[in-house]
Amino acid sequence: MSSCDEIRLASRDLGGGLYQADLSVPGMRCAACIGKIEKGLAQIPGVETARVNLTAKRVSVTWRGEVPPDLIGALDHIGFQSHLASGLQEAGDPELGRLIRALCVAGFGAMNIMMLSVGVWAGADGETRQIFHWISAAIALPCLIYAGQVFFRSAWTALRRGHTNMDVPISIGVCLAFGLSLYDTFHHGPHAYFEASISLLFFLLIGRTLDHVMRARARTAVAGLARLAPRGVTVRHADGRREYLPLDRIEPGMQLLLAVGDRVPVDGQVVEGASDLDCALATGESLPRPVHVGQAVPAGVLNLTAPLVLVATSRAETSFLGEMVRLMQAAESGRAAYRRLADRAASLYAPVVHAAALMTFVGWMALGAGWHASISTAIAVLIITCPCALGLAAPMVQVMASGRLFASGVMVKDGAAMERLAGIDTVVFDKTGTLTLGRPRLTNLADLPPEDMAAAGLLAARSNHPISRAIAAVAPASSLALTAVSEQPGLGVEAVIDGHRYRLGRAPWALDRPTERSTGTLLTRDGRLVARLELEDSLRPGAIEAVEALKAQGLSVLILSGDDEMVVGDLAARLGVTDFAGGLLPADKVARLEALAREGKKVLMVGDGLNDAPALAAAQASMAPAEAADIGRTVADFVFLHPDLDAVPMTLAVARRAEQLVKQNFALSVGYNVVALPLAVVGLVTPLIAALAMSLSSIIVVANAMRIGGRAVGPVPQQAPAPEVKTPPPTPAKVAA
Amino acid sequence: MSSLVFLIPLALMLGGGALWAFMWSLRSGQYEDMDGAAERIFLDDEDRPGAD
Repeated sequence: MSSCDEIRLASRDLGGGLYQADLSVPGMRCAACIGKIEKGLAQIPGVETARVNLTAKRVSVTWRGEVPPDLIGALDHIGFQSHLASGLQEAGDPELGRLIRALCVAGFGAMNIMMLSVGVWAGADGETRQIFHWISAAIALPCLIYAGQVFFRSAWTALRRGHTNMDVPISIGVCLAFGLSLYDTFHHGPHAYFEASISLLFFLLIGRTLDHVMRARARTAVAGLARLAPRGVTVRHADGRREYLPLDRIEPGMQLLLAVGDRVPVDGQVVEGASDLDCALATGESLPRPVHVGQAVPAGVLNLTAPLVLVATSRAETSFLGEMVRLMQAAESGRAAYRRLADRAASLYAPVVHAAALMTFVGWMALGAGWHASISTAIAVLIITCPCALGLAAPMVQVMASGRLFASGVMVKDGAAMERLAGIDTVVFDKTGTLTLGRPRLTNLADLPPEDMAAAGLLAARSNHPISRAIAAVAPASSLALTAVSEQPGLGVEAVIDGHRYRLGRAPWALDRPTERSTGTLLTRDGRLVARLELEDSLRPGAIEAVEALKAQGLSVLILSGDDEMVVGDLAARLGVTDFAGGLLPADKVARLEALAREGKKVLMVGDGLNDAPALAAAQASMAPAEAADIGRTVADFVFLHPDLDAVPMTLAVARRAEQLVKQNFALSVGYNVVALPLAVVGLVTPLIAALAMSLSSIIVVANAMRIGGRAVGPVPQQAPAPEVKTPPPTPAKVAA
Repeated sequence: MSSLVFLIPLALMLGGGALWAFMWSLRSGQYEDMDGAAERIFLDDEDRPGAD
């Protein structure tokens, strides 16, 4: 069984014959599930331990032995669907660990220094004040070195590349505040800003950590969805021996065995068998494509009806999938040009503040105040204007907004994505799998006699073909007996009922005397027509409303699809979209998006397939449904979990509201600086005033950010999360042990 | 004044202790599975965090 081989490939070797495999089990949600899963797995021979992580919806199993236990089968047996977790997340998140440790150290330092400072403000003077200052300095120095690194590194990287970001004024302010305080402490000065410098780091690290947690949470949730690319494939060697090999060891010329329900791992050519392939994710075609010996098949398509033997024509990295990755990397340069709001604000803000500090210094020198007094005042200006609130302004709002979206079933990759989304003016949809569900649906059920439908349902139940499944799903139950059932890949299903030969499938095959105009899916008895089944790809729920809502907001809506031009046209007409194109290759889609970008349009791309992945990367912002190809989910900024396309206007509304709040926050913190700056310039700011002002402005900014959580946003009502997707609450800390 | 000689080190030690305790809880994986920890109290059998 290939799933066992996959478990072997996915397991980590813990040494001593012990292996660890991580499985994602999306269905677990309570204590009973934990107990059932852990007990059920522990009973399998070979399994050492099984430990559930409910937050991540994963179970990690350690096992020993030659053959891996059938974990997926065992979980299936107790009623849980599971799949192997992707290897990306296993390494833990060292960056988050670093941030949290820095946050703890800064918090510890800030609290203790503040305690001593309160003593100074309360009137300690003489030697007592001096001792307090020295102890503060002793606590502040290691904190600054340890916790400040986060900002110093990023500031240094930005400066080396010749531009500034928010971290440059922060680093300069914090370091100068510490330096001046140390100098004053040496010279028995009355004021020291140690608490300002460390509590600033603390506040800013809160914003930074929240931002990181939000992104990590979305990544975990997205990685927990089903993966599509196979880890390996069964190879038939020249001597007839069969071996399950990992994907990167597949060489051109190898014979690959492909079971029903497997995805084609690398580009190949069919050498044995005939089947139908579901190309929806790879090319955007909505109807399955029959294949037979000699035909080439691209990597990523799904084998539907019969086993195939392929001969590989490429390696994994040069196959269709690899080609998409390369196109994506080429396309991503467009997005890298976007600069975050906070950085843009900093690039305006930093020169003004630094100029003001310099002018203060020059001014006081000109007035004859002396070196020390002039430098002190200039540094007080830097401290009071240090963009604490500015540093919190964007991340706080984005964390709140992403929490809101998370509750509505939309995963946000990072805060910058939300800013990019807020600026869009054009929405480009893919067709298959995005506007439609990518699954055919029977449309003329009401016109068909129930007894015919019963026969069709019986035949259809014997096949994996998506059309058959659609028919079987709606057919009434029947007690008729089927004999001599056979499925003809690419054609249909045949069986004998009551001595009559029934066929369900393509018209030219199902009819004895087909004419030129015989098309579509038919049910025939002894070669004569019984019923014609009309099928079409069903629209995703909320598609019409979503397109209308977007158009009502003045956005232009386009459909770009890899499917047949005529099919795309029909759908576009139903949705009221005038601008559409069909038959596009992945590179064509990217070219269209680049053309739009040259016209100055800011595009949101919504797509799901492998063929959309480069376009998703090329667009200013991108969204993908949860059932998209994993490469698409990885590259998309937003992933929506519910089938409803409402998610698109809803996300847009939240993003716009978030941008509004971020701008308000910037205005608030700049406004506060405008008030505080004159005080600082004339030298009236004491450490007490600086500390009060800083905390106050941070609290105001955070309180303003909270407003996004409470009020319903935009015209779209908040939707309740679907029962099967339980959204985990925010995790305060998740660090690899 | 003389009380400060032991009060300040005491305060710092308490703060340092809290910092160490938090770091320890972080490292031993107690924040790994917040939802799971909440639900596991309903299970009757032996159970330790971080057993894996």
